[in-house]
Amino acid sequence: MLEFPRWKVWLVTLVVALGVFFSIPSLIIGTPLENKWPSWFPHYKISLGLDLAGGSHLLLEADAKDAQRQRLQSMEESVSTELRRGAKIDIGDISTAGGRLSFLVRDPTQVDAAVERLRKLTQPVALTGNRDWDVQVVDSTRIVLTPTASGTAQALKDAMGVARDVVRRRIDPGGTKEITVITEGGNRILVQVPGVEDPEALKNLIGQTARLEFKLVDLTADPAQVQQGRAPAGSQVLPMAEGGGFIAVKRRVMVSGDQLTDARQSFDQDGRAVVSIKFNTAGARRFGRVTQENVNKPFAIILDDKVLSAPNINEPILGGQAQISGNFTVETANQLAVSLASGKLPVKLNVIEERSVGPDLGKDSIHKGVIASAIGMVGIMIFMLVTYGRFGVYANIALIVNAFLILAIMAIFNATLTLPGIAGFILTIGAAVDANVLINERIREEMRRGRKLIDAVETGYHEAFRAIFDANVTHVVSAAIMAYFGSGPVRGFAVVLLIGVVTSVFTAVYFTRMLVALWIRRARPRALHI
Amino acid sequence: MKLLKLVPDHTNIDFMRWRNLAVILSTLATVASLAFTAYRGLNLGVDFVGGQLVRVTFAQPIEVEKLRGEVLSLHLGEASIQEFGGPKTYQIRLPKPEGGDAAANVAATRVKDLITRDYPGARIDSVDTVSGKVSGELAKDSAKAIIFAMIGIALYIWFRFEWQFGVGALLTLAHDVAMTLGFFAFTRLQVDLNVVAAFLTIVGYSLNDTVVIYDRIRENLKKYRKMAIIPLLNLSLNETLARTVVTSLTVLIAMGVMMLVGPEVIFGLSLAIFLGVVIGTYSSVYVSTPVLVWLGVKPDSFLKSDEEKVPGPAAV
Repeated sequence: MLEFPRWKVWLVTLVVALGVFFSIPSLIIGTPLENKWPSWFPHYKISLGLDLAGGSHLLLEADAKDAQRQRLQSMEESVSTELRRGAKIDIGDISTAGGRLSFLVRDPTQVDAAVERLRKLTQPVALTGNRDWDVQVVDSTRIVLTPTASGTAQALKDAMGVARDVVRRRIDPGGTKEITVITEGGNRILVQVPGVEDPEALKNLIGQTARLEFKLVDLTADPAQVQQGRAPAGSQVLPMAEGGGFIAVKRRVMVSGDQLTDARQSFDQDGRAVVSIKFNTAGARRFGRVTQENVNKPFAIILDDKVLSAPNINEPILGGQAQISGNFTVETANQLAVSLASGKLPVKLNVIEERSVGPDLGKDSIHKGVIASAIGMVGIMIFMLVTYGRFGVYANIALIVNAFLILAIMAIFNATLTLPGIAGFILTIGAAVDANVLINERIREEMRRGRKLIDAVETGYHEAFRAIFDANVTHVVSAAIMAYFGSGPVRGFAVVLLIGVVTSVFTAVYFTRMLVALWIRRARPRALHI
Repeated sequence: MKLLKLVPDHTNIDFMRWRNLAVILSTLATVASLAFTAYRGLNLGVDFVGGQLVRVTFAQPIEVEKLRGEVLSLHLGEASIQEFGGPKTYQIRLPKPEGGDAAANVAATRVKDLITRDYPGARIDSVDTVSGKVSGELAKDSAKAIIFAMIGIALYIWFRFEWQFGVGALLTLAHDVAMTLGFFAFTRLQVDLNVVAAFLTIVGYSLNDTVVIYDRIRENLKKYRKMAIIPLLNLSLNETLARTVVTSLTVLIAMGVMMLVGPEVIFGLSLAIFLGVVIGTYSSVYVSTPVLVWLGVKPDSFLKSDEEKVPGPAAV
């Protein structure tokens, strides 16, 4: 049975050679491969986790209340636009209390027509057969629009998809960096940016919803009442940015940021930082008409429900280009420009977890990790050598091959190496020799029982395998559970452990068996030192 | 070459002679560990309780009390400041701010600003901010992972061996995890996500030994049908003793080196595994094996199952 067929020798050799081959790129740290490698050479490389490479990790969560408020607000606008179109249906003020829209239809004979037209504004939700809003008539003249649960869920899902794209565009307008932006668990977005040490700029970029609106200032409002938060019907009170008190503006949106085609930071004639914006055709027409009708009146530039500034309209703005002034520095103007250009976030995102690691610490960790791995490995190898002699040498060769295989498999699957991953690596090395210890101890035992050399080796490998198998399955179970429940670094640890279990069984059992078989065949030993 | 033999060829140690004493001690130690952990609590890191952790390496040695005063003057709550790794590296921990997520972000910035202003040349190594919401989930998921791993492994042992062995494995795991918890409660070492990874590794690793011994017991039960259970367990333990000692040593070498020269951030992880190996080696002999006696494992435990069950993985 110790005959090891030639094709098996070739197969094992091939696997080992491929392992070494594919791990080379990962061993060369820091140099871009493209310049040095011939094109046929593997370019797979293990990527370093943020804890090793340095960088920022942000977990963002959608603000569900804000999402609902926005949805209500946009429905409110749709309702008033829809009922004003064509055959106008006159309605009273729309109330948004209790998370629903409710209003009176002034002419009772028009209630049915209004309901008919409002039904058209609602959308069916996926395959559920529900619609996203319920339209009901209460007390024969009052119409109530209630968002349905499935509609709210669908809206959140859609919003998360858009939000993910907007976040990506904001962080990486060029689309060139190796950043991760993924949605998680329905209402979260995970952002990982290697190399960015300071997450403040990131947070400022993402923190803005960037909902830009132009509204007319309500000049009829009583200033004293405005400061107390009260405004005439059809108007609302908004805070000025930078703590400049409050101002009353008309509820109706003149033009909104949805109609922008471009936004960039520039300077006005006095050298102050401003944001220059460009409207699309429809937006330009609308902006032109509104400014024409309201010359010499102030209009408010509103960002995320804060009034940036309220300049006078000196003349109609017809070219579709405008400037947003506010109390900007070049930096904040630039940020706003990026935010506006990337589109508004459909929902406000809150940072619920933030981790950042400096690049120096990352380098330090790699350095210490590599040294610890090397010392640990050498220590184990010396120990195996003095304990098992020739069979210790085989175990040691298997150990080195195992290390290469782990690196190669991680590189091929583009797995991420994290700090605990390094510990997982060294733990695997420590545990990998266990299979050989089991085999070698068993061979010793069989020799003591008086078996012949070849017989003892065979029985040793055969009998030890059952224990090796069962012991490794327990590792697989705990590593798989870690990979499933764990996040970030823990998952990185589990992945290394999982790969290590598989490669160590291969190297410790098959590979050493081949070495032993080849040796016995060649040297025909009469005695065995083990 | 003369080979090293840590364990002589023919050992005949009467392990089982001490089993009652050992089990009483183990039970007491487990109960004491759990009680102590419940009473004293674990030093949970920001991963599990929320808050902020800022790690800084200063250019010169600093006065901790002065820094504490300065951080306190930011009115962010009681900061805990500890040396971490080297003499110039400190970790500053702040409690979860009251103003919600936005306040947490502001707090991190203010600490960083304070340090860069007052301590030129200081290097901010890492900043972790975890909101209460996430920390709760992390804690819950971690507990779930540890419990599921324990159950999963016990079920596998039950399936591959016999129910007595599954129960034995589960008790052994509970013992090991409880002891390690007690150690962390006693030393006040910070328990973060990495330490949870260590716990899961202990769960997997501590059973390594147990499985190897169980495997030998199963083999001997089939081989020596007439032998009484106690001598049989003793024989099995003696036969596997050399392997137990050698493997435990190799893992201890690996993890010991990791603790001494490895990165500080994973010191807790390495220490927990190191400790787990020591405890796991003890418990595989004195917890998992005596349990089999009480659960009534007999030579015929595997008799009828031999034909019904798959006799193990195909050997090489």
